[in-house]
Amino acid sequence: MLVIKDLYAKVEGKEILKGINLTVNAGEVHVIMGPNGSGKSTLANVLAGNTNFEVTRGTVTFNGKDLLEMSADVRAKEGLFLGFQYPVEIPGVSMVNFLKTAVNEHRKYRDLPPLSAGDFLKLMREKKAMVQIDSQLTNRSVNEGFSGGEKKKNEIFQMAMLEPSLAILDETDSGLDIDALRIVSNGVNMLKTPNNATILVTHYQRLLDYIVPDFVHVLYLGRIVKSAGKELALELEEKGYDWIKKELGE
Amino acid sequence: MAETNKISAVQRISDIYEANRLKIGEGLPDWINNSRQSALDAFQRMGIPGFKNENYKYTDLTRLFERETFRRAFQPDEFEVDLKDVFSCDVPEFDTHLILVVNGWYDESNNLNKSFPEGVIIKSFQKAVTENSNLVEKYYGKLAKAVDDPLTALNTLFAQDGIFIYIPDNVHIIKPIQLINILRSEDDLFVTQRNLIIAGKNSEAKIMFCDHTLLPQNFIVNNVTEFEMDEDAVIDIYSIQNQHNKTANLTGLYIRQQRGSQLVTNSISLHGGIIRNNLNLSLDGEHAAAKICGLALTDKNQHVDNYTFIEHCKPNCQSNQLYKNILDDSSTGGFTGRIHVAPHAVKTQAYQRNNNVLLTNAAKMNTKPQLVIDNDDVKCSHGATVGRINEEALFYLQSRGINEKEARLMLMFAFAHEVLAEIKVDKLRDVIDKLVNKRLRGEVSKCHSCAMDCIRY
Repeated sequence: MLVIKDLYAKVEGKEILKGINLTVNAGEVHVIMGPNGSGKSTLANVLAGNTNFEVTRGTVTFNGKDLLEMSADVRAKEGLFLGFQYPVEIPGVSMVNFLKTAVNEHRKYRDLPPLSAGDFLKLMREKKAMVQIDSQLTNRSVNEGFSGGEKKKNEIFQMAMLEPSLAILDETDSGLDIDALRIVSNGVNMLKTPNNATILVTHYQRLLDYIVPDFVHVLYLGRIVKSAGKELALELEEKGYDWIKKELGE
Repeated sequence: MAETNKISAVQRISDIYEANRLKIGEGLPDWINNSRQSALDAFQRMGIPGFKNENYKYTDLTRLFERETFRRAFQPDEFEVDLKDVFSCDVPEFDTHLILVVNGWYDESNNLNKSFPEGVIIKSFQKAVTENSNLVEKYYGKLAKAVDDPLTALNTLFAQDGIFIYIPDNVHIIKPIQLINILRSEDDLFVTQRNLIIAGKNSEAKIMFCDHTLLPQNFIVNNVTEFEMDEDAVIDIYSIQNQHNKTANLTGLYIRQQRGSQLVTNSISLHGGIIRNNLNLSLDGEHAAAKICGLALTDKNQHVDNYTFIEHCKPNCQSNQLYKNILDDSSTGGFTGRIHVAPHAVKTQAYQRNNNVLLTNAAKMNTKPQLVIDNDDVKCSHGATVGRINEEALFYLQSRGINEKEARLMLMFAFAHEVLAEIKVDKLRDVIDKLVNKRLRGEVSKCHSCAMDCIRY
């Protein structure tokens, strides 16, 4: 599904990603961990098409297509979803208008007619129940005045509405209490199918009490320096990152 | 060079007045015609408003006036067509008392057989001067003083007609009064319009001004409205400025509010080459409240300048200003918000906000708050921002599959909507919402099936 080869990227002239290689297949859950400043969020943003980040080398193919050639909205319509670490508040843009526009843009891309108002509201009700988001939140402007937890739940709700084939969740678990964490994790698990894949960027093992990954990768200084199964996360939780740095000869 | 030109424009206009003074004063009483001489003196003293005048720092009209050799309509133009055929504002379910004004003249033939609630007078200003002389004489020129402003002086010099509205005490007009100002001329035209509105005690009304152009000629409009609000009156004034870009629309709105009255004004500037709105508000009775809003969407070489002067004369009054501009291409904008709180006007609340978005590097916005507060017991605030579209929000929308153009439009519309949300008539707000949306999309922002094409020229 996603094949990243030798990816280099910089932001404000500073090189952050220095040769990422990663392959994600349908049905897989990948976890990316790593110390602060190692490039995790940069990778997520580069994949989603944030133009503040400049790709200087490497290739990314997504379902056989050149991802880096696509604008952010086309990537979304091709099935890529970024759950933001800090979802933006957009006063004046209503949740309903925002989601309706997004859903119908996706449908247009697939040559489907726009949803009627009734069908759209039905879809929204269904997905709201699924991710257990407070009904009131969708009557407001996008993320405006939402608590940290509500913003993260809103990301999962949008993911449920758009049904991406690849979801990249950038620290969606940080800032969540246990209940919210459970709701978010349940959402992710419920949306999981053999045809889609998830990349979780996280600092904490605790998310992995709820979501079972197939692979855990450690990102350090812009490169994936270690990949293993879910047991790696436990080891990192216990020992920190120093032993990996030692392994690398630092 | 500039000095000689300035003199020549003032001289030329003075000459036009002298040559036509009999025509201008025809049918009007001496007390109106006598006020023209002091207006002429004031106009000659102040000259054409330009950079040298602090109040017109952001709108230099000297070039506009130097170039114009426009016709003056000293009497109503004759039209062969029924204006209702040309102009139809048939927004569904948007039912209004429709009044037509053509080139500054109340259009008698198209305003026949209008019925208004008991005691309400809506008629030609010129007629009101003789038929309702006690009212007109009591209020004419009391708020709009020629000595204070060159454009008001110019208006007083040439004033012949416009709209007169009188709402008696305790009368509530449910249907909005919609005044359609139409510019229609085969040659370039200079229009003078003088309006007087009197709202009695505890009266209630919503008044809407729609400014339009029907032909592609050059126009200059010099419009002055005096508006007296008696105790506990509740009045909304909405203004939709939708004239083509060869029009200069220079408006002066003077309002006095008595005790307990509540005012909302909202001016939406969609099209027009040069727009200058002067709004002078005097809160002259305790517990009067005013919400003053404006939205301007400009592109090409448009220029929109809003100047407000809010005077808190009595204690316990509240004023709240919200002005927003979205500027595209090489358009320019200005906002000056003057607030004066008098020494004895304690417990005043005066707020002001001006937010602007520049869409290009060539667009330019000038904004200036001017607060003069002469006592300690007040709550006042002001804030001004000039910025760009929030790139973070833009990426967020795009990352959900919304293309960049649509995402930008959503953000601009969201920015503009805060001003539109202040429109209290639901139907009207919907109509204006749609107009603004179309305007932002660069589509023809016609009011529904209206025959006019405001951006063609």
